[in-house]
Amino acid sequence: MMRLPSYRYRAPSTIGDAAAWLAESPTDTMLLAGGTDLIPNMKRRQQTPATVVGLRGIAELSEVRDGDGLTVGAGVTLSALVHDERVRQQHAGLWQAVAQVATPHLRNMGTIGGNICLDTRCTYYDQTFEWRKAIDFCLKKDGDVCWVAPSSKRCLAVSSTDSAPALIALGATVRLVSATGTRDVAMGDLYVNDGMQYLTRRADEILTSIHLPEVAGWRSTYWKLRRRGSFDFPVASVAAAARFDGDRIVEARLVLGALASCPLEVPAAAARLAGEALTDELIASVADDAYPLAKPMDNTDFELVWRKKMVRSLVTSALRELRGDDMRQARTRLARHPLLQVS
Amino acid sequence: MTLRGDVIGKPRRRVDGRAKVTGQTKFADDIVLPRMLHAKLLRSSVPHAKIVRIDTSKAAAVDGVSLVLTGESFPIAYGILPVSHDEHALCRDVVRFVGDPVAAVIARDEATAERAMRLIEVEYEALRTFASPDDSLAHPEPRIHEYGDFGNVHKAVALQFGDVDAAIAGADHVFDDLFYFEGNTHLPIEQHATVATKDQDGKLVVYSSTQTPHYLHRALAKALSLPAAHIRVVATPNGGGFGGKSDPFNHEVVVAYAAMRLDRPIKICLTREEVFYCHRGRHPVLMRFRTGVTKEGTITGLDLQTLLDGGAYGSYGVASTFYTGALQTVTYDIPTYRFRGCRVFTNKPPCGPKRGHGTPQSRFGQEVQLDKIAETLAIDPADLRLNIVQPPDSLTANFLRVGTIGLADCIKKVVDRSNWRDTFRKLPLGHGVGLACSSYLSGAGLPINWNDLPHSGVQLKLDRSGGVTVFCGATEIGQGSDDVLVAIVAEVLGIDPFDVRAVTGDTDLTPVDLGSYSSRVTLMMGNAAIQAAERARELIADAVSVKLEIPKGRLVFADRRVFDAEDPERGTSFREAVRLAEAKFGTLGTTGSYTPPRSEAKFKGGGVGPSPTYSYTAAVVEVDVDPETGWVTVPRVWIAHDIGRALNPTLVRGQVEGGVYMGIGEALMEEQVFRRLPAKLSHALVHKFPSILEYKSPTSLEMPEVFTDLIEYPDPAGPFGAKEVGQGPLLPIMPAVANAVYDAVGVRIDSIPVTPEKILRALEAKAAGKAPRQGPASFPDIPWPETLRVTPPWAGGTGRADNEPARPTHRRVDAGIEARAAGITKEARS
Amino acid sequence: MKLRLTLTVNGEPADTLVDPDKTLLEVLREDLQLTGTKHGCELGECGACAVLVDGVPLLSCLMVAHECEGRAVVTVEGLTEDGRLHPLQECFADLGAAQCGYCTPGILMTAKALLDREPHPSRERIREALSGNLCRCTGYQQILDAVEAAASLTVTR
Repeated sequence: MMRLPSYRYRAPSTIGDAAAWLAESPTDTMLLAGGTDLIPNMKRRQQTPATVVGLRGIAELSEVRDGDGLTVGAGVTLSALVHDERVRQQHAGLWQAVAQVATPHLRNMGTIGGNICLDTRCTYYDQTFEWRKAIDFCLKKDGDVCWVAPSSKRCLAVSSTDSAPALIALGATVRLVSATGTRDVAMGDLYVNDGMQYLTRRADEILTSIHLPEVAGWRSTYWKLRRRGSFDFPVASVAAAARFDGDRIVEARLVLGALASCPLEVPAAAARLAGEALTDELIASVADDAYPLAKPMDNTDFELVWRKKMVRSLVTSALRELRGDDMRQARTRLARHPLLQVS
Repeated sequence: MTLRGDVIGKPRRRVDGRAKVTGQTKFADDIVLPRMLHAKLLRSSVPHAKIVRIDTSKAAAVDGVSLVLTGESFPIAYGILPVSHDEHALCRDVVRFVGDPVAAVIARDEATAERAMRLIEVEYEALRTFASPDDSLAHPEPRIHEYGDFGNVHKAVALQFGDVDAAIAGADHVFDDLFYFEGNTHLPIEQHATVATKDQDGKLVVYSSTQTPHYLHRALAKALSLPAAHIRVVATPNGGGFGGKSDPFNHEVVVAYAAMRLDRPIKICLTREEVFYCHRGRHPVLMRFRTGVTKEGTITGLDLQTLLDGGAYGSYGVASTFYTGALQTVTYDIPTYRFRGCRVFTNKPPCGPKRGHGTPQSRFGQEVQLDKIAETLAIDPADLRLNIVQPPDSLTANFLRVGTIGLADCIKKVVDRSNWRDTFRKLPLGHGVGLACSSYLSGAGLPINWNDLPHSGVQLKLDRSGGVTVFCGATEIGQGSDDVLVAIVAEVLGIDPFDVRAVTGDTDLTPVDLGSYSSRVTLMMGNAAIQAAERARELIADAVSVKLEIPKGRLVFADRRVFDAEDPERGTSFREAVRLAEAKFGTLGTTGSYTPPRSEAKFKGGGVGPSPTYSYTAAVVEVDVDPETGWVTVPRVWIAHDIGRALNPTLVRGQVEGGVYMGIGEALMEEQVFRRLPAKLSHALVHKFPSILEYKSPTSLEMPEVFTDLIEYPDPAGPFGAKEVGQGPLLPIMPAVANAVYDAVGVRIDSIPVTPEKILRALEAKAAGKAPRQGPASFPDIPWPETLRVTPPWAGGTGRADNEPARPTHRRVDAGIEARAAGITKEARS
Repeated sequence: MKLRLTLTVNGEPADTLVDPDKTLLEVLREDLQLTGTKHGCELGECGACAVLVDGVPLLSCLMVAHECEGRAVVTVEGLTEDGRLHPLQECFADLGAAQCGYCTPGILMTAKALLDREPHPSRERIREALSGNLCRCTGYQQILDAVEAAASLTVTR
């Protein structure tokens, strides 16, 4: 049986206590929320913190508050979001993203904060200690070569969070709390295109909540590419959100996921969409804008060439859904899940 | 005496159903014994190397560690086939793949063992790494093993039945197609586990998740130099097997040895990654099918070549090699046939038997080629097949005896049920249907260790309580073998299955059954059980007949009673009947045994393929293919299986659906593949993703609705007419998917799995005016041995080769294996 | 260092001393001898170890045991009531939904949570709810049949 390495366990009941304990030794302390990312990583010895601070006992982290948009505690489970009608009705892109994370059980455990902070993934990294030893380790953990591209100076592990592209598209911000203060960061500014230092969150900060702004006039969507309708992390994804005035888009955001070490915004697409109605031609040209940005590497499921080709289909599907096309069949075909009923 | 069929043929709760739904089934890892220690294996981190030095001192010094073992403790080689005893419990001189066990730590708990295991230092001297069959064929040195046919070729065989070259030359059309089938693995949800202990008498007891306790028993006796009579192997119910728990494994030998040495119970439970290293799964196979066909669509001859990537050890590989060529003739009339098969060693986990053992790969090639033939000849693929179905009660070109064959009915049934005539080549772009057929053994006709002993034995104990206990070495791996055993006894004795207690898979308590492989259990154990139960019924009937003065022939055993068929009121309870028999004959016990009929294939290599009878299957698969992305969805599958007789239709249907499921996985996504890191930077050759997450298997969302029909013509060779169902229904799925994809979008994917990447590439090729196909482009030149020429039965052949060299008797003695292997080596080099 | 852990398991109090690095799976199987809960990967990739925690199906292999302090855990051993099998258990046994039986406990617990919340789920809904439980034997069809049958049994009761 795979077992955890030993660690010191602390279970604070307030954010303040958690921040104080984290401040004691931020680099060898890790925060445990749902555990669906950290626990497997620890069992594989990808992460071996001396101290684990369990956040489950902090009631405040599980709150969802209305008013001036929606504020979601970082400890809210993905299932709770799936079952939240406000999310489903008003933030469809986020709902679709969290509804497609992993499996029903893992959504019952995993939290939105955990999914935002999800460790970057790579088929050279998400392996046991013994396997990684057989390749002489890699840049991200215990080694000095990025086997994805041995000449690369940086780690090319893949941002595999479903919620992040959706939240960026929705213009969300997150609150980071440390023993020394609190700051709000736009979701788009939370990520860095580096497989190792993929977050701008400091080691002593706790992500405590996510704020979704008011949604009047906005529509959003999330399309995920993966092998199976369950379990699998995205190998490419597209989140799109747009504010409409009638048929015309006033402003829009398009974000690619799982194609780099961080979510990738497509500013050219946003510019092209502003003030326009979503014609087939416009959709095709936006897909063309997105396509070259995707530079997948050979470190996920599927061949990278195919993943890159799929970006056009994902963008097209997302924009057509925003336009109001009936995309249910396409969703089953492309995203392997009808998304009609979700646990 | 008459049978009423109260049990047989009725859908029933399996006898072990309650245990399985209450969590009470004791799997190997559920066993906890007092003073139990835990073992962990250190596995090689390099693909091919000499072991220069192992330093275990740091591990041995860890608090809580009882014992550290290396290959020094295991001088004796073992293996499943007598011709390839090439494994040591821990590597002695050479490691042959990443994951090959090198050392073992026994400690008070698993975490301590794991910590200590990481402190063992091993110094390796790298040897050339063989990553592919091409590597192995190109470089005979260094040899991965010192035995084998030549260089890094483990086995190369060539057989010919009739003048196939003339037959193909004389055909109206010749089809020459290459196919590739990627390797895949069993992925049982239960990870292999073993508990070994020394019993109070000082004898070894091993509880293990094994499909083959008898072979493990033999291997332990050999590897540990213990008398077999002093070893007890108990096969715990397997949490899924599919062939993956059919070899004796390193961890079993290691904990057995450690338990004897430390006189304490030792447990090991492998991690998921280690299960991928045990492997013994589907061989990657490259195939070339050259087939001569008349313009009416009959086959004049088939010339088949296969190349198997065997991985690092022999396992069942020699049998696997023959199996890639054995069953082509059993489905269709193929009057002349040449088969050449080659298995090479590579530095990867060993391949072996997975559900369908060696036959799914060439079944895929044959069924896709038939689809191409039908297309070229403008014949409906169903009609093409119906026209060439092998006749019943016939002998194939390679001397396999076909008895009952319900294949034509299977084809007609799925054609009808799927509405094939209105859908094939008639659906809009992106939608398609495909048809394929298959057959499989109902048990291998020959045992692994050639001898004249029964393949299955059953004992029955009855006493005055009315209780019946049935003993058999057969192993419950989920397929329902305990249920079949109990149901047969209950049917013959006219009692309820829940009145019968089964004791199975225990070499101390049960007579030998060779194990749960080759779909042999229902037929072989079942026939043995009928014999044992009929003998018991005979004794009981004698006693009742005398006591109640009813002629024996009029006695009926049913409803837990024994009574007069002409006056059902006259009779006695089953319990009283047993009491009468015990009083008359003394303690009651009967036995039954089963040995398959002798095969007519007497040539060398003819031992693989014969079976008492064959099952047949036909399937139609429906696909939706997205031409933009290549994504395939399978909404529905229609399948008809010639089962002979369904003993418990609930379980039979479960086997059919489970086979379809596994076939869908193999067809669309499952791959056991490897990464070779850039050679100038690294020596690594590693399993690409030894995890359940990244080894993709279908979830409930990917599973199509399956419409199952059972074709029931009782086969005289099977118990109550039953044939196998565990493996056959998997086989047609992969080719049917590929054929359906062609129907949907007009591209041929001649390599499994059929992935969206391949489909899209083929569609792009098609759009560019190139061949609309994805698949292998060439078959390498292989230095085949001299072809054994066997005259087919229709030309007066005797089943012997015309040019067979004299060979020693079939009695192979384990101790002589190395010597034999050395002999073969000398022959090959001279 | 072992810490005290107090749980309710199958309706009974369970008081143990447990290292902080132990998962609920390990505590159930190794400390409480409830070996009905299985494991196939210990990484959250198969669903075999699913149990109910406060009525919600979770993966016990990813749950640090101490994070369950004070909570109610139900395992397959707790499905039977007064010696009577749960309708799901009856239907799984009758309809061939358990072949090797190894994934069965996790699937039963997941299905129980579904039926507790939605007594009449559609087949597609059952399919979705069980999409985190891998089964290699059945092809899921008899499992879906059994959950449907159990749902109708529950209704008629």
